[in-house]
Amino acid sequence: MLRRILFWLALALVIFYFAFPLYWIVISSFKTIADVTRATPAMLPFVDFQQTLANYSSILLGTNIESETGVQAAASLGEFRERLLNSVIISGISTALAVGMGTLAAYAFSRFRIPGEGDLLFFILSTRMLPPVVVLIPIFLFFSNLGLRDSYLGLIILYTSANVPFVVWMMKGFFDEIPLEYEEAAMVDGYSRIEAVWKIVIPEAIPAMAATAVFSAIVAWNEFVLSNLLNRNYASTVPPYLNSIVGVGQVEWGRLAAAAVLFVIPIIVFTFLVRNHLLRGVTFGAVRR
Amino acid sequence: MASLDMQQVSKSFGRTKALSELTLSIKDGEFLILLGPTGAGKTTTLRCVAGLEKPETGTISINRENVVGLSPAERDVAFVFQSYALYPRKTVFENMAFPLQARRLSPQEITRQVEEIASKLRITELLQRRPTELSGGQQQRVALGRAMVRRPQVFLMDEPLTNLDFKLRVEMRAELKRLQKELGATFFYVTNDQVEAMSMADRIAILDHGKLQQVDVPEDVYSRPANQFVAAFVGSPRMNFMPCSVDSSQRRLVGSGWHMVLAGDALERLSKGSGLRYVFGVRAEDVQVTREANHETIAGKVYVTEPLGDRTLLDIQLGETMMKVKVPATFVTHPGETLHLRFDAQRFHLFDQQSGETIV
Repeated sequence: MLRRILFWLALALVIFYFAFPLYWIVISSFKTIADVTRATPAMLPFVDFQQTLANYSSILLGTNIESETGVQAAASLGEFRERLLNSVIISGISTALAVGMGTLAAYAFSRFRIPGEGDLLFFILSTRMLPPVVVLIPIFLFFSNLGLRDSYLGLIILYTSANVPFVVWMMKGFFDEIPLEYEEAAMVDGYSRIEAVWKIVIPEAIPAMAATAVFSAIVAWNEFVLSNLLNRNYASTVPPYLNSIVGVGQVEWGRLAAAAVLFVIPIIVFTFLVRNHLLRGVTFGAVRR
Repeated sequence: MASLDMQQVSKSFGRTKALSELTLSIKDGEFLILLGPTGAGKTTTLRCVAGLEKPETGTISINRENVVGLSPAERDVAFVFQSYALYPRKTVFENMAFPLQARRLSPQEITRQVEEIASKLRITELLQRRPTELSGGQQQRVALGRAMVRRPQVFLMDEPLTNLDFKLRVEMRAELKRLQKELGATFFYVTNDQVEAMSMADRIAILDHGKLQQVDVPEDVYSRPANQFVAAFVGSPRMNFMPCSVDSSQRRLVGSGWHMVLAGDALERLSKGSGLRYVFGVRAEDVQVTREANHETIAGKVYVTEPLGDRTLLDIQLGETMMKVKVPATFVTHPGETLHLRFDAQRFHLFDQQSGETIV
């Protein structure tokens, strides 16, 4: 009995630890400036504070927020929507490219005898060992000369190349688990290798690809440093924008929380869409079939 | 259906020689079984024929057309894998339709052909299931069905019965043999189970360390093994082997603690020097066991008795060696009893101790 109580207590603690910050951001996004800055925090909507949609309408529609302390300057009209679109385009394309190219490379590593395979795999992994910040200045100069600053292409190239090693390593492990006989059977059955891979191996690998895509998308979606430095205007993504809301002088917690909530929703939706594949992908190979 | 011809096929993996100059022909409509221990190169042979491995040298011809260099898809062979390799995301019907779709047949035609084969294999009621919902025996039938719908030139089968339980394996042996005759198909079948090979094959090819040892009809592989390896590998219990030498003056074979008088022209066939060492081989059922001694018998002590029901297997200690001997179940004995063995001058084998080649 005591064990059960302790178990539920521990579980409640863990859930609180992970869920409370999210809860806090969500309720903050519905608070007025007065409520969000109150000394005794307001915890329950409808009870402790009167919720408002002003933060969202400010973020999305560029309306002003009025309060006792005066009118708060509105965000420039539609800026968040543009940034969100940029984030979706850059993360989406770079994830698709990384998963696509990484999957093909992983297939080759898994199925063919490649001279120096171990060294090549280590080389691919080693590109992830250097923190991006270290190469920030060279990248900045490269991109300036190549005209890649403030472009979709620039960040797509960077995010893709950052995620490919991860995809290669993950997918190689998954492909190693898929019996070679499947595609051999398909090849004997009258298909070329490409057709066999497309019709038999890829459908088997979809759970793994979904799991890998979620992880890659999260990396690209949340990336701040490179985006903040390279894409200041036209192709800027959401994370630097969130930073800009913090702004000068007073921190606009309400609007920041609203923007953060809106920023998290797409990645949650994406994870939700692939959730059926996800669990199988993450636990792939853990169970002997 | 077609003939298959392999000439001087060699294949290595790194420094390991998997196949060395394998030459083997399979006639149109023949059931040929490639038999050998694990690691002999049997599967490699099949994979070379299927085009899944590329041999370094040699030619492989299907219907007198060299297929080396053709992709697996272009060879028109069917491969039944030991693991069956059924596509897990496809239903039984889709699995069987898959090779036909590659040929761009119309959906009606595919359905017709799949249903025809399914009824022949009695798996019609399984067509909408997925492979994971099938028993091992059912999966085996589906794998066969997927091979059969294609009506390929040659069926390649890699130990297809190994994963089945004993009872099912025995049933499937008869079934496979019947199907092969019914289809008039060319079967190239690989196994390490000599009973399977003896019971199904038109001819058996025995492979060891990538080298072909013998190709013959089952009876001849059993009664006229080409060398000591074949003699040891085929037959259960294993053939008894004892070193011996030839005493040509008295026309007999001499081993440690026993001798056997040779009959007829046997001595002439091993006339090359009497001092040479040989290996004497005799099968358990070719040894006569009596309780009366005479000048032709050799005394031995019963070590273990293994009743098999219809027969009893005796382990008999003969000098330093142990022999397995089969006696009728009515012959009752017990460990420790001294019995007398007589070798039949017509039913024994003699191998060169160095090369293992059969001499008599």
